[in-house]
Amino acid sequence: MSGVVLVDGGGTNIGSVRHALQRLGVDAPLVTEAARIRAASHVILPGVGAAGPAMRRLRELDLVDTLRGLTQPVLGVCLGMQLLFRASSESELPCLGLIDAMVEKLTPAAGLRIPHMGWNALQRVRDHALLAGIESGEQAYFVHSYAASAGAWTLAACDHGQRFSAIVQKDNFHGMQFHPERSAGVGSRLLKNFLAL
Amino acid sequence: MLSRRLIPCLDVKDGQVVKGVRFRDHVVMGSIVELALRYRDEGADELVFYDITASPQQRQVERSWVERVAEVIDIPFCVAGGIDSVASAREVLMAGADKVSINSPALSRPQLIGELADAFGVQCVVVGIDSLRDEDGEWRVRQFTGDPAKTRALARRSLDWLEEAVERGAGEIVLNCMGADGVRQGYDLEQLVAARARCAVPLVASGGAGMAAHFVDVFRHADVDAALAASVFHSGSIAIPALKRELAANGVAVRP
Repeated sequence: MSGVVLVDGGGTNIGSVRHALQRLGVDAPLVTEAARIRAASHVILPGVGAAGPAMRRLRELDLVDTLRGLTQPVLGVCLGMQLLFRASSESELPCLGLIDAMVEKLTPAAGLRIPHMGWNALQRVRDHALLAGIESGEQAYFVHSYAASAGAWTLAACDHGQRFSAIVQKDNFHGMQFHPERSAGVGSRLLKNFLAL
Repeated sequence: MLSRRLIPCLDVKDGQVVKGVRFRDHVVMGSIVELALRYRDEGADELVFYDITASPQQRQVERSWVERVAEVIDIPFCVAGGIDSVASAREVLMAGADKVSINSPALSRPQLIGELADAFGVQCVVVGIDSLRDEDGEWRVRQFTGDPAKTRALARRSLDWLEEAVERGAGEIVLNCMGADGVRQGYDLEQLVAARARCAVPLVASGGAGMAAHFVDVFRHADVDAALAASVFHSGSIAIPALKRELAANGVAVRP
């Protein structure tokens, strides 16, 4: 397959996502040019760190309208998923606003550690080609302190003191709160499913 | 429910996995990539590579192994050893490591923790604490434990330092209980229970694993998020799949 690009938003996990795609036989370049993003068959927006600096970088690269206007399959990973939402309580800048909901800090509670770090179970909420071959209860690797609640956009949920969105989809936009590039066989299956969309 | 994690720790010197007393008598165990893949296939939840390469110049040359591991491994991994600045952390993270672990440099310059958290997010920043009980009964921090000749006993109490590290931006703490390390009599439950009560972020137990029951105990009694071990995994005396079955049978949530 060709035409997959990784939007270089400055996150340190971009290399890991690229390697995960290489393991699936796909060489995805890191790009920042709007034309190359628009021409791609699939667009992946990785990201770790904080929402504010990430949105600032997308604005500096003048990519906000480009990303919002994409019609091919798009996948946001971790922070990249959170950027699909209207806003995050972590940042004063609005996010991309493709999903009309907020990203909020996970609520600390007794016996509950924040960041939510480690392997946790996916619970299927809604059928979608992205979830092909994935059963409820299979685990993925999460590392995050902010999360989007579950709603109409949720394909799979996860629980860490509260239920939140693990995999989301609205129109051609998809997101994974966990790291598929670090989620062993489950992650590789999900990436493969995305590339087949 | 969040699974409890099992983390094999591999010592790396000059680009190869070694075993032996740190900084002495090293025996090469094999290639980093081969051993990383073996642990991944056995169901390790995460890996820690402890870079014990003695000279910083050599370390820079040899860090190419981080990228080779990142290419083949699809579970998270952390690199410890020799990270003392935002620049050296960036090099390791951009090569594909998911986290960096800092220990002695954070004791020398505690601001480093906050600098790394600001640059990369708290989720990337692990602080390792080497702790030993003194004669007066207090657990205190040891620095430069990689080299017995250079190890220093500090006045800082271990659990005070743990709290400070979390306040400064550590996203995870590895508490290495030196009194238990290497003797395979079980994790230091007393110290880990005390640490757990003061640690709001994920806590990793290190030092003392000798048999499967020790892992059951540390998860059930000290409520740690992860257990790190080296020799019992490397020697094959504990196989990860069997250990996970035993943990599950004892009510500990694990990734099958």
